[in-house]
Amino acid sequence: MSDAQLKNLEEIFEQRIANDEKIEPKDWMPEKYRKTHIRQISQHAHSEIVGMLPEGNWITRAPSLRRKVALLAKVQDEAGHGLYLYSACETLGISRDELYEQLHSGKAKYSSIFNYPTVTWADMGAIGWLVDGAAIINQVPLCNTSYGPYARAMIRVCKEESFHQRQGFEIMMTLCNGTEAQKQMAQDALNRWWWPSLMMLGPVDAESVHTEQSMKWKLKRKTNDELRQQFIDQTVPQADILGLTVPDPDLKWNEETGHYDFGEINWDEFWQVVKGHGPCNKERMNARVGAWEKGTWVRDAAMAYAEKQQNKKENPAKAV
Amino acid sequence: MKKTNLYNYILELADNCLIAGQRLGELCGHGPSLETDIACTNISLDLFGQTRSYFQYAADIKGEDATEDSIAFLRFEREYKNVLLVEQPNRDFAYTLARQYLFDVYHLLLLEKLQFSQDLTLSAIAKKSIKEVSYHVRFTGDWIKRLGDGTEESHAKMQEAIDGLWTYTNELFEVTEEAKTLAEEGIAVDVSTLKKTYYEKVTALLTEATLTIPESKYFQKGGKAGIHTEHMGYLLADMQYMQRAYPNMKW
Amino acid sequence: MEKKWPLWEIFVRSKNGLEHRHFGSLHAADADMALENARDVYTRRSEGVSIWVVESKNITASNPENNGELFEPAQDKVYRHPTFYTLPDEIKHM
Repeated sequence: MSDAQLKNLEEIFEQRIANDEKIEPKDWMPEKYRKTHIRQISQHAHSEIVGMLPEGNWITRAPSLRRKVALLAKVQDEAGHGLYLYSACETLGISRDELYEQLHSGKAKYSSIFNYPTVTWADMGAIGWLVDGAAIINQVPLCNTSYGPYARAMIRVCKEESFHQRQGFEIMMTLCNGTEAQKQMAQDALNRWWWPSLMMLGPVDAESVHTEQSMKWKLKRKTNDELRQQFIDQTVPQADILGLTVPDPDLKWNEETGHYDFGEINWDEFWQVVKGHGPCNKERMNARVGAWEKGTWVRDAAMAYAEKQQNKKENPAKAV
Repeated sequence: MKKTNLYNYILELADNCLIAGQRLGELCGHGPSLETDIACTNISLDLFGQTRSYFQYAADIKGEDATEDSIAFLRFEREYKNVLLVEQPNRDFAYTLARQYLFDVYHLLLLEKLQFSQDLTLSAIAKKSIKEVSYHVRFTGDWIKRLGDGTEESHAKMQEAIDGLWTYTNELFEVTEEAKTLAEEGIAVDVSTLKKTYYEKVTALLTEATLTIPESKYFQKGGKAGIHTEHMGYLLADMQYMQRAYPNMKW
Repeated sequence: MEKKWPLWEIFVRSKNGLEHRHFGSLHAADADMALENARDVYTRRSEGVSIWVVESKNITASNPENNGELFEPAQDKVYRHPTFYTLPDEIKHM
């Protein structure tokens, strides 16, 4: 293909997206589009399955049967969401095993918030309320993204996720209406998860490398800073209802802008965690790699069995 | 408390579900594939659902301030009546599935009888649970075949799991005093009557899975009388942690 | 050994009277496992009453590059649609 032909194809392609047409797996697409999508969708999928670990940490210790089944169902949903997203990614010509390989080798990233430890039960509340809250802000616009399989996966994810944030907030609410010890537990969880949740929405726009291109392809509809502001604006009143204090002395309603002003985010900490030096990076990776390696013989056995059954079907005489 | 026998019998039924569910719950996020994680969690959720129905009924009978949670979380180790089989740890995926399968086959046979109980609540719980547990038997049975008749390595691991867990199977058919009395009233199931069918079914499937039926005639029991294996204390320490560390609170 | 579990496409009928619809995909070693996994992955919230599983490699798909010759010729065959035909207003039930 000549450069001119390629340029023409790219123009048609960009025009289709601008016209709100969806791109489907077998359609022609620029290599960069494919690569960017593999990166973003897989990163998203990895975040779901690594995200199972901090919450999975409390399944055996959930304080009531009602909380236990809700938490189990939530962590199970995350496995499901990982699965939908890996499947969407596979339509771009890469296998789930290859994607795992990228995760396990450290080549692929996942949301750095899951590298923080879940220390108390209140963290289950804070994660549902804040982390899922931030995730929803990120995810809802993606239901309308340009790549068909990703958009469809996100529609399913968002539909299922609607209970996650509610169950988190309900946990917080119960704690805040409880004993002094429970209120303290809730406040402590908010103190530890507030800033990482703000960081979760990504670096400030000036340092975000992918934003412009991602906007064009509808991988992003708003910038990181806009999303962060939206998150703060909607979450602070919720903290007020809970009677909790957001751990930011500079947080203040700004009548003029109609938004909350907030304090400086510690980006050094963010980059430290992204680069693999957060409190739980190693534990999370060991858990993922461990589960995968411990499962090899199981997956192999299932394949061997399937082949034997197939052979029996095709050569009934030879079967013993 | 009136109906002490019935209360104890419900615990005998429910504790198996609770502890089996708890063991499966430990694995969520650590299984060999996302698909199996989701499937095993579904089984765990079914079992916890059944547990809650039983405990809500038990709490009604007990009265006072009893709730499903006080019964689930605030008993001492000697008061749990689950069989030793279900508390065995997740040594590897073969152990987990073998444990679950050996329990599932019994569980289904039990429920098929319990649905005709004169006690309408137990009968209703059984009817609802039969559908869930039929699927459990199918799912774990399929996996026993895959691992038994898969690779050399998986065969060895599954055989080891069956050999290790076989000693706990006989306890399933022990009839407690409460159950005996209640069985005469048409409320409880006389589990000793399930034994023959159980071993026939299990033998057939294990044979199909190219596994050897252990010959040992030495069996362990004690769970139904509250005398558990050493694993149980750790399981309870985990499960009861919040309720013990923060007593008398709502969650 | 390292043979991967193949990919399966999952079709679910959400209730009787409706057709099976593509829901997504998953990995499984064989058809039985694909069905079981599909049940657990795609019908956890009572989304279905019937499931089909098809190994992805068995699906033959049309190529979008041929969309012109495949689908465009149908566009000007307006006479296949009822609105192509003019009828007097007083004619009912047609």
